Amino acid sequence: MFYREAGDFKTSYAEDNQTFPIKFDRYRYWFVLAVAFLVIPFIINDYWANAIFVPFLIYSIAAIGLNILTGYCGQVSLGTGGFMAVGAYACYKLMTAFPEVNILIHIILSGGITAVVGAAFGLPSLRIKGFYLAVATLAAQFFLIWLFNKVAWFYNYSASGQISAPERFVGGIAVTGPNTEAWAKYMVCLVFVTLCGLAARNLTRGTTGRKWMAIRDMDIAAEIIGVNPLKAKLTAFAVSSFFVGIAGALFFAVYLGAVEGGEAFGIQKSFLVLFMVIIGGLGSIFGSFAGAAFLVVLPVALKMIGVDLLGWPTDIVSHFQLVVVGALIMFFLIKEPHGLAQLWRVIKEKLRLWPFPH
Amino acid sequence: MNAMVDPYTTEDGRKIGGVLMDMRNITLRFGGVEAIKDISFNIREGEIRAIIGPNGAGKSSMLNVISGFYKPQEGEVHFRGSIRPPMKPYQVARLGIARTFQNIALFEGMSVLDNIMTGRLNHMKTGLFAQAIWKGAAEKEEIENRAHVERVIDFLEIQAIRKTPVGRLPYGLKKRVELARALAADPKLLLLDEPMAGMNVEEKEDMSRFILDVNDEFGTTIALIEHDMGVVMDLSDRVVVMDYGRKIGDGTPSEIISNQEVIDAYLGVAHD
Amino acid sequence: MSTEFLYFVEVLINGLMAGVMYSLVALGFVLIFKASGIFNFSQGVMALFAALTLAGIMEGQVPFAHIINSIFGTNIHHFGWHVPAVLAIILTVFVMIGFAWAVQRFVFRHLVGQEPIILFMATIGLAYFLEGLGDIMWGSDIKTLALGLPQGGARWLEDATAGLGGDDFYGFFIDKLDMVATVVAAVLVTALILFSQYTKHGRAMRAVADDHQAALSVGISLNFIWILVWSLAGFVALVAGIMWGAKSGVQFSLSLIALKALPVLMLGGFTSIPGAIVGGLIIGMGEKVFEYMIGPMVGGATENWFAYVLALLFLVFRPQGLFGERIIERV
Repeated sequence: MFYREAGDFKTSYAEDNQTFPIKFDRYRYWFVLAVAFLVIPFIINDYWANAIFVPFLIYSIAAIGLNILTGYCGQVSLGTGGFMAVGAYACYKLMTAFPEVNILIHIILSGGITAVVGAAFGLPSLRIKGFYLAVATLAAQFFLIWLFNKVAWFYNYSASGQISAPERFVGGIAVTGPNTEAWAKYMVCLVFVTLCGLAARNLTRGTTGRKWMAIRDMDIAAEIIGVNPLKAKLTAFAVSSFFVGIAGALFFAVYLGAVEGGEAFGIQKSFLVLFMVIIGGLGSIFGSFAGAAFLVVLPVALKMIGVDLLGWPTDIVSHFQLVVVGALIMFFLIKEPHGLAQLWRVIKEKLRLWPFPH
Repeated sequence: MNAMVDPYTTEDGRKIGGVLMDMRNITLRFGGVEAIKDISFNIREGEIRAIIGPNGAGKSSMLNVISGFYKPQEGEVHFRGSIRPPMKPYQVARLGIARTFQNIALFEGMSVLDNIMTGRLNHMKTGLFAQAIWKGAAEKEEIENRAHVERVIDFLEIQAIRKTPVGRLPYGLKKRVELARALAADPKLLLLDEPMAGMNVEEKEDMSRFILDVNDEFGTTIALIEHDMGVVMDLSDRVVVMDYGRKIGDGTPSEIISNQEVIDAYLGVAHD
Repeated sequence: MSTEFLYFVEVLINGLMAGVMYSLVALGFVLIFKASGIFNFSQGVMALFAALTLAGIMEGQVPFAHIINSIFGTNIHHFGWHVPAVLAIILTVFVMIGFAWAVQRFVFRHLVGQEPIILFMATIGLAYFLEGLGDIMWGSDIKTLALGLPQGGARWLEDATAGLGGDDFYGFFIDKLDMVATVVAAVLVTALILFSQYTKHGRAMRAVADDHQAALSVGISLNFIWILVWSLAGFVALVAGIMWGAKSGVQFSLSLIALKALPVLMLGGFTSIPGAIVGGLIIGMGEKVFEYMIGPMVGGATENWFAYVLALLFLVFRPQGLFGERIIERV
């Protein structure tokens, strides 16, 4: 019997507020963390890091960010790619302007800068709602990308228009630049994912989270019970963009090393992260991880099946991928609007009562 | 001191104080339609004040004016002795005015407990960073407020549905959860918009008992809109009657039922 | 008249013509939104898909040829015939009707009563699906639409206006295709308005747009109406696809250009056919003029974002759009 508790045995409110109220879940959570921190870094190689783990971790942060805005606060954004670009370019400018400062601080500052930009683009959300807002966020997407391509200051006047990350060290170990080892990339991302995940979880279970959800569920009622809608929405935009900015900075500095704004952070990226959130589950931190994992692994898996196993040409497989992703989005919205996270919850609720469901 | 505002004690021993909220010459228009025409009335501390009238009389609009959702074109709102400047609804909430809605306005995606906890929003002060860290200030505050909410939950007897998502609750319970959310805010003035609409007799009795208990135990001032005349006569200390946006009666329940204009509005006038 | 001013007028006219193209796509959005409350993000991809299908049918391509070849190791590409344009267009219309039916049957019938934003996200999924499907069916290479539509600038207009502002003005350069598009758009809008005002199904369509429940209760089949509007939107998409495709080739970027229809709608309001037209013209004109006047100062390519930023600013001051009804909030 590995799943327990079928009654209410809690004796304090702190106990009742736990993230993982069931012991088995708690152990599993520590187990996952232990494996992630103590096992994977020693066995990871370049292929696994670049194909699966590093993108998974970075997209998880971006998905958490978008989930805060869309899943918790109900404001759909199609500007994620643009905000990731802000994080990336902010990080690049900071790295080159202040080479002596630790890169980790730069990454956090990039998040901060993105938060400010995000909040600025969030200002219209007070007056514009629903898909009007979604379309309005496209303005952020296209304008920001255009800005980074046109204003040479952002890419330090480099001839190619690209930005590339110089080599930076944390405690003597390279974490950016061409000589970075797979495990170092992985560890940097892992640390940020862990911190972001915890912060997001804490924010969403407290007052701030309740304000966001109140705005999402019924904004007029929320205002009448005392939520300042502008402040709540702007915090959501700022916090969300903070995470997205960190993801963008990591994506550029640690993962790719060199990017061209329009290519790496185009509208397709906005959709990709939105899809992660939908498939994983709107309004669930766990769902953000699940959705990111799913959409990072899916193309790799499809490629393995289509190209390596069946021998199809790569372009057909990539078209096929569009069809599969599109169909999955529709499937999830029809069958399970709360995504993978809800499937998981249903399984857990059944397990809680198992083996005596009545 | 005016005799109208002298404190007194009711027959059942509740203390009625001075004027808490005073609406003076309120007029509210939507485009060319006058929803409220030059209405004045007051609400005294500790009393249960009913607003009645036929459908479309402007009762809900009046409640919306009190809670700051509609801005009247003319008139003044006085709260606790001074004029209340034009305010956003969330600022009004911070003055200690809480309300329920005619068509339930709960947050459907959240659990009962979280819904009621939203009532404590204005009592929770920790900043964003403290909340992101959670351990320490944020957790302490959460637990203190949770304890308060639990008292409300006990009071309204909804312990069993604490963790249920609101969307799954039946209508009567939703009404009760909405009342719990308003109560959790520790309001000075509680506005109830048709708290008993659509309920059966037992549910109405329960709700009446809760309203009386809230008023009695916490001394909360209550203004309510209700259609059931029996309930209104039993519960309220004073009644305002509205018809087509005008005030046609104001007084104790016994004065109201003998007021000819009120009888005409409710029963219709014979034209001969 | 100064040359400067004449060039400005030319930019203005070209902007109006581009605006007509945007309006064409926006029209499809409005049709679906009015009747079903679905904000159909995939309208642009529908135009791409329709154009791809038309090109494929005309060329006599074998659908799914690539994938069939990969599985069976065959090497088929074309049936070896060329379908005349008119027949191909009719066949494509049937494909779009089939598509409308499938969308209704497999997707939106299961989403009735969901929040608008969920429906919106479903159409983003649909856009992806359709884009992938189009590529698998017809291949992703750029296709040309040889429908015999006039191309290039209108010589007669150029000749007639040359020298108006002095010797250095060579006359207005206006694409003939744009003129055709304008005429087609005008015909299309008139036909749609006549259809919705004077036919039985048109009236039913407006009834559904007004109130689903009430329409149901007088015996209108919602399912039929929804398939009808999706078919109409498919037809409008085909027209838009033909025009855009003839202009710049049938390729993926077509669906991105169609994204521009979104700000058009925000300007014109989601429920107004005249709004879609006027919004399209304002956006088309605005972005060309902005690029002409401000573009050179900031490095150009402002057309990428101008429409969105304009719509955003506009909405902040008038959230219901140009022709939308004022929103009164209630509790």
